[in-house]
Amino acid sequence: MGLIQSAIEKSGIPTVSITLLPHVTRRVQPPRALVVDRPLGYPLGAPYDAELQKRIVMAALALLLRPAADPLIVDFSETP
Amino acid sequence: MAKLSDLKFRDRIYMGTYRYRQLDWRPGTTLQKPLSQSQIAVVTTAAFFRPDQQPFDESIRGGDYSFREIPADTDLASLGTAHKSDAFDHAGIESDKNLALPLDRLRELAAEGSIGSVAPRHFSLMGSISAPGRLVKITAPEIVRRLSEDRVDGVLLTPV
Repeated sequence: MGLIQSAIEKSGIPTVSITLLPHVTRRVQPPRALVVDRPLGYPLGAPYDAELQKRIVMAALALLLRPAADPLIVDFSETP
Repeated sequence: MAKLSDLKFRDRIYMGTYRYRQLDWRPGTTLQKPLSQSQIAVVTTAAFFRPDQQPFDESIRGGDYSFREIPADTDLASLGTAHKSDAFDHAGIESDKNLALPLDRLRELAAEGSIGSVAPRHFSLMGSISAPGRLVKITAPEIVRRLSEDRVDGVLLTPV
């Protein structure tokens, strides 16, 4: 995931990943990641919870507007 | 045997190279327009595949580095998932594919005007790739090529 993300970012398209494993993500150092406090297998929150899924998607996409000169790792619970 | 060990050696070389490359995205880039005008694509490692596509192959040494293109108009309910790993609970993504490939959510966000549009093509991989040489050499550039061809403005990546 980190490799593909890095390749896309390097090509000039901004990227953001969802992460369920922040300690791994801090080692991988992707351009941007949104930390979601859910079990593995549940990156966008919960099945059939469209509102939660949408909020997570928008919180992640909002990070694309922020520069990623260093890895930008943000906790979903701390997003507006 | 010799061939296998050669491959392992090559993979080791690639891994070393690509670990370096992995950090080589800096200085990074930023969305050049508002989200409301941006075309968004998703890349997921949920190992989804369409009924007309081959499933992923978990028996490939070092991991299946191939990808499946998922057109934006795909009926999510028709997707299969190839993950057999017991490292995570599959029930969620099997019942609601939006949990990892939120095409329905992107369509709603586009209809609401929160994003500009949904990219015509999205991409599914298997992840769990211990020898990522071919992933970086073959798969990543091909996905990048298609995203660029579609003039995608931003990409959301979702693991499982």
